[in-house]
Amino acid sequence: MTDTPALAVNAVSKRFGGLAVIDNVSFAVPLGARMALIGPNGAGKTTLFNLISGVHPIDSGDIALNGRAIDKMPPRHRVSAGLARSFQNIRLMPHLSVIENIMLGQHTLADSPAALLNPLAWQRNSVWRQRAEESMRNAGIDVDPDAAVTGLPYGVRKKIEVVRALMSCPRLLMLDEPAAGLNPRETAELSTFLKSVGWEGLTLLVVEHDMSFVHDLCDRTVVLNFGRLIYNGPTQGVQDNAQVREAYLGSRRVPTKEAGRVA
Amino acid sequence: MSGYLSATLAILCINLIFAYGIFVTAAAGQINLGGAGFQAIGAYGTAWLSASAGLPVSFSIPAATLIAALIGFLISFPVLRTRGVYMVLATFAFGEVVAGFLLRSPVFGGAMGMVVPAHIELPAIIVSAVVVTLLTFYLMATRLGLAMRSLNDDEEAAIVMGVNVRAVQVAAFTIGGAFCGLSGALYAHNFAFVEAQYFNSLLSIYVLLFVLIGGAQTAWGPLVGSLFFTLLPELLRIGGSARYVVFGVAIVLMMMLRPEGIVTRDLLRRLSPRQLFNRRPASGSAPRD
Repeated sequence: MTDTPALAVNAVSKRFGGLAVIDNVSFAVPLGARMALIGPNGAGKTTLFNLISGVHPIDSGDIALNGRAIDKMPPRHRVSAGLARSFQNIRLMPHLSVIENIMLGQHTLADSPAALLNPLAWQRNSVWRQRAEESMRNAGIDVDPDAAVTGLPYGVRKKIEVVRALMSCPRLLMLDEPAAGLNPRETAELSTFLKSVGWEGLTLLVVEHDMSFVHDLCDRTVVLNFGRLIYNGPTQGVQDNAQVREAYLGSRRVPTKEAGRVA
Repeated sequence: MSGYLSATLAILCINLIFAYGIFVTAAAGQINLGGAGFQAIGAYGTAWLSASAGLPVSFSIPAATLIAALIGFLISFPVLRTRGVYMVLATFAFGEVVAGFLLRSPVFGGAMGMVVPAHIELPAIIVSAVVVTLLTFYLMATRLGLAMRSLNDDEEAAIVMGVNVRAVQVAAFTIGGAFCGLSGALYAHNFAFVEAQYFNSLLSIYVLLFVLIGGAQTAWGPLVGSLFFTLLPELLRIGGSARYVVFGVAIVLMMMLRPEGIVTRDLLRRLSPRQLFNRRPASGSAPRD
């Protein structure tokens, strides 16, 4: 491949105590691709997200974002370099309003002291707020921007978290189970929305258990099991792969009705 | 204005500035139980500069404030290595060290304290309190304020949003140190006397209570907390010695009824004119903390 991938994970390992949680994992996400990262519970998916976003340091290997090594950068520099993520459990700031949570996502874009000392809360017409409100509308979040986030329905909070992650204009957006807990209509909406955001060069890496969501959104899939990469290929072929079936079901004989939802 | 009233007003203003010094760090998720230490640095700083070095008040008060800010900046590095209850203990220890140091320093009068001849009048104290209040409201409205509040909520998520956690925390400690120092400097010139025994741990606890009872979510909290704590004991004087009991019960009740402080964001949202006169009830503002 001649093009530089959006994300290149190369021989990355991580141990917690004696346990190898991520074991020599290598894969690349091509620029502009929408890739799924799946695997049974405890396979190391969220850990891998934490390693890429810098929540935990890696033990060995290297990680590059658009060809630039990021594994030794502090997390905030990775955000500036174009990486954004959401969390498995909603991690909105409970005491901030909807719009404040979304504006927090713009933090790395405000990189001058003047921007940091700009009294945002007093300027209802600032470009920051307008951009945040516009993003809310585009994502179909129809709530009072100044409402508390804690009272909002789960699906709405989930959407706000995705929008917040998008506010830093990332090149790579990593979503940790964005469809978990959503009803089928919300899941379909989220999929449509994620396909529509696609500004040029936006790459997606999605951890998800809902295989119909994965099929709808992602063309490629990587599968982790016990910290090892066992599949890297088109989403279409994943359910026919013997190793993947064994990882999920512990047996090679799979009832066909299970095929729709691997997890 | 009667002497009693102006003295109470001066204490209220000094307490308010002091409370904002503690609030700025609390808003960023750090509990500072060494407030008295920072206040002592401001008080003794200006006392020495004005009484011993003979400098004018217009220089000694800002200088003492800057010294307290510098100490706040320096002390934030070791303190920020600790978390939770250990941070509370570290700041508490800092306050004790400052008091102990002053008590044993002949330059600062030791246990005898220092007389501060240069007096400042009430208007200057009121102006200082107003300026600090406005500065704090401004700070909380900025993007830096937003980052501070995000640290209080979820530090790990704030990191992933690209917030420079350490820099924001150090800034909060430095600004907090400056405000505490300023309150101490005003105290020294208003009461004309400083002694190390005054800047004890009980004072640190009280000022922290101003903030926690008032509410650490918005800049209104310390204002309400300082009013409550300064004026209620004065009002209760009528009741004689029973006032301590009433005051203590009032604190316990506040903690039970308003665990996040008297003033919360939610309360302000409900009291805002926009909310009171809005035709459409804001969606999703339902469950209250």
